[in-house]
Amino acid sequence: MKISMTVNGQQHTDEVEPRLLLVHYLREVLGLKATNIGCDTTSCGACTVIVDGLSVKSCTVLAAQAEGATVTTLEGLAGPDGELHPMQKAFREEHGLQCGFCTPGMVMAAIGVLADNPDPTDREVREGLEGNLCRCTGYHNIVRAVRAAAQAGPAAGQVPQSQETAR
Amino acid sequence: MSILGTRVVRTEDPVFLARGATYTDDLVDDRLAGALHMTTVRSQVAHGRLLSVDASAALDAPGVVAVFTAEDCADLDPIPAPLPMVPLEMHRHWLAKDKVRFVGDIVAVVLTEERYQGEDAAELVSVDIDQLPAVVTTADAAADEVLLFEEAGTNVMATFGEPPPADLFTGCEVVVEQRMVNQRVAPVPLEGRAAAAAWGEDGRVTVWCTNQGAQQAKTLIAGWLGLDEELVHLVTPDVGGGFGAKIGADPEFALVAWLAQQVGRPVRWVENRSENLTGMLHGRGQDQMIRIGGRRDGTIEAYSLVVDQDCGAYPRLGVILPTLTMRMAVGTYAFPKVHAQARALATNTTSIGAYRGAGRPEATAAVERAIDLFAAEIGMDPAEVRRKNLIPPFSEPYATPSGMTYDSGEYPAALEKALQAAGYDELRAEQARRRERGDVLQLGIGLSTYVEITGADTGLGAAESAELEVHPDGTATVLTGTSPHGQGHATTWAMLASDQTGIPVEKITVLHGDTDRIPRGGGTMGSRSVQQGGAAVQQAAVEMVELAKQRAAERLEVDPADLEVDLAHAGLAVRGTPGAGVTFAELAGEERLVVRTRFEAGLPTFPFGAHVAVVEVDVESGKAQLQRLVAVDDAGVIINPLLAEGQRHGGYAQGVAQALLEEVLYDADGNPQTSTLADYPFISATELPSFELVDMATPTSINPLGAKGIGEAGTIGSTPAVHNAVIDAVSHLGVRHIDMPTTPMKVWRSIQQARTGDVNA
Repeated sequence: MKISMTVNGQQHTDEVEPRLLLVHYLREVLGLKATNIGCDTTSCGACTVIVDGLSVKSCTVLAAQAEGATVTTLEGLAGPDGELHPMQKAFREEHGLQCGFCTPGMVMAAIGVLADNPDPTDREVREGLEGNLCRCTGYHNIVRAVRAAAQAGPAAGQVPQSQETAR
Repeated sequence: MSILGTRVVRTEDPVFLARGATYTDDLVDDRLAGALHMTTVRSQVAHGRLLSVDASAALDAPGVVAVFTAEDCADLDPIPAPLPMVPLEMHRHWLAKDKVRFVGDIVAVVLTEERYQGEDAAELVSVDIDQLPAVVTTADAAADEVLLFEEAGTNVMATFGEPPPADLFTGCEVVVEQRMVNQRVAPVPLEGRAAAAAWGEDGRVTVWCTNQGAQQAKTLIAGWLGLDEELVHLVTPDVGGGFGAKIGADPEFALVAWLAQQVGRPVRWVENRSENLTGMLHGRGQDQMIRIGGRRDGTIEAYSLVVDQDCGAYPRLGVILPTLTMRMAVGTYAFPKVHAQARALATNTTSIGAYRGAGRPEATAAVERAIDLFAAEIGMDPAEVRRKNLIPPFSEPYATPSGMTYDSGEYPAALEKALQAAGYDELRAEQARRRERGDVLQLGIGLSTYVEITGADTGLGAAESAELEVHPDGTATVLTGTSPHGQGHATTWAMLASDQTGIPVEKITVLHGDTDRIPRGGGTMGSRSVQQGGAAVQQAAVEMVELAKQRAAERLEVDPADLEVDLAHAGLAVRGTPGAGVTFAELAGEERLVVRTRFEAGLPTFPFGAHVAVVEVDVESGKAQLQRLVAVDDAGVIINPLLAEGQRHGGYAQGVAQALLEEVLYDADGNPQTSTLADYPFISATELPSFELVDMATPTSINPLGAKGIGEAGTIGSTPAVHNAVIDAVSHLGVRHIDMPTTPMKVWRSIQQARTGDVNA
């Protein structure tokens, strides 16, 4: 079947199997390999991307379901000059990543957390990220990073393409 | 001011954050163009005779190029046990032959053009197995009634130590004993296993795989394939966590290489999480019997630890984990008499390997529970019992009755710092108030002190190699035999080179994990990297400066002794002659400026610390919630505190996870009950507090950096502190011990049993 969507500001139209998962479409068809797959039960959140302003686990969405949608992956966050998104910057400054495998999904989910709640407490960040697993950091510095990003202003809860608030 | 000891943010991160790291499954490489996908068909039976594998329907499925079973690899020698003490019959066939020995044993592999086709075709492979009774527990295994390897005549893979002397506890006023489970857990690096292989026209194979030590993996895979090591080029791309489970090599990696040769096309494989949770090594898995004896004044006189190690179906590092447990049995204590003994046993389960701490957390868990049990028996505060029995401060090597020589330690100071930071006395007062009121939420305070061994000899010596080259454009390259997979070596190694040379950190590239460029290396495991790999980089930088001085002396016509490093200009200056000098880059422009060196530590180091955990336990539901974790971790001199803290945080989380939540479970037939992340309770952000870190640094003399390992300490200290805290919260209700994980059901049941005296409650 034929599907069309906007990914990181670019329009794509492709012929795909109806059963193709969105995460495989992003990785294998579009070659956007930042989005990772860490489980097969929608538990880990490594595949989190933002679809029409909502943070979504792309392993549990068919590519066909994203027909006409606007999708943002980690690769779509930095500015054209390479300037990192406030959430990316905060993850670096606070050492919120180690092996990096959960990071693309964690950063997208964290943007979603701030979209809902621009100035969360530690506990609210933890609850907001419950569906995103990390084995390296013990979440300590991820929580710090999200709170630091919140202090950087409303852009930390937004994705650049649409300038819409991610939810 | 030196850059060492400062919080340098990672040089790795801009790429990781902007476009993601490149893990094995992300590789885009011409050599892998047109690669086939390998999909495994695994036994769904824990123990059985393999009667037939029928692939005919699968061969007709779309996209299927080939299906391989044991018959197709009859020419391949079985994969031998990795350890010499294990009976030779306990080897593993590349694909299960005659028998299957765990749910997850590979019975066939399917090669397809596309990945989804492999999933479809694998389901069409028909496997006929005559089920046998399964050996699931170490007690089943030790009974030797059902054997995994009939030819071996036993399920015992190895034994260590002797029975205790008859008089071990003679004269003790009090002797306490307890059977304890140090449960099997799953490492679950977020990136599971993955591999790819391509053969070149030169007859060499390039294998990419996710691994903690490319050089060791190359040696193993070459050996299994029957190839000269020179013919294998092994590359570890970015690695998404390991925690010990990516040490060595798995049969799947070698299969990918062998299949690529058989079909004359490159082959790729990436497992899914369900496959990972049965196929990747598990950790821990010890049944322990502890006995501790001493006087009513709190002095402990003798301690015994007897371990049955569950090794799973095929021998991996799990076999020798109990030897590390035995060596570290006495921990931080000056017990005069110590006994330790172990058996390593085969069961019809996933093989056990190293998992963050690997044998040492099991030792600390045992002795720290033993101390608390002893304290409860004599009615003394557990902090006081620890004070009475800790080894006094030492700066000269200290020999333990477990046969270890600790390098340096300040255990009493670590304990006092932790107690003070936690506000121990006030916590006990609050606990007393809640007990008096009969609150539903009771407070538990748990302590641990620990010492562990890091940088132990992994078979290549306690040593590591490094190469440093300065380029004419002022950049530099470091080649290291360590294998970072989240630890940030690219940053820390650059700091060490920069500190000696003045070359800015951001101009130094650190390369690892390519056996053609770095033929020798010990990888990253056992918390060895900074103290050996980092020390090697520093040594390389020192030697590079010496080499540069020789060359500069000729060029500038001065005595080399008159040259000194000019950090501001990344070069050499002539002492007392401002303006005269030469940069390393200029020297590199004349002739390659490169040194390769090897740092020999010779000996391991022994980091230590003390943790205090505070939990709230709901005595009506049994749910324990960790409120605070106060941690003193002393790993000697810290090169980059930002990254060392990150190592500690991650370690704590894994320790808390084992104490409270995580456990791999099998039913009586050996069927895994936790083979997805929906079933396995991987710890999440909501189950953890932010941690309270207390710094302490007692240098070691084993390496010039003064550094000890920090990668595993957090796990080793946190597990028993949290475990003790949960039991402490309900001890006033008559609960004496609860095995890990202290789940709500177990805690609730323990409270009911204590209340009613009915062990079947």
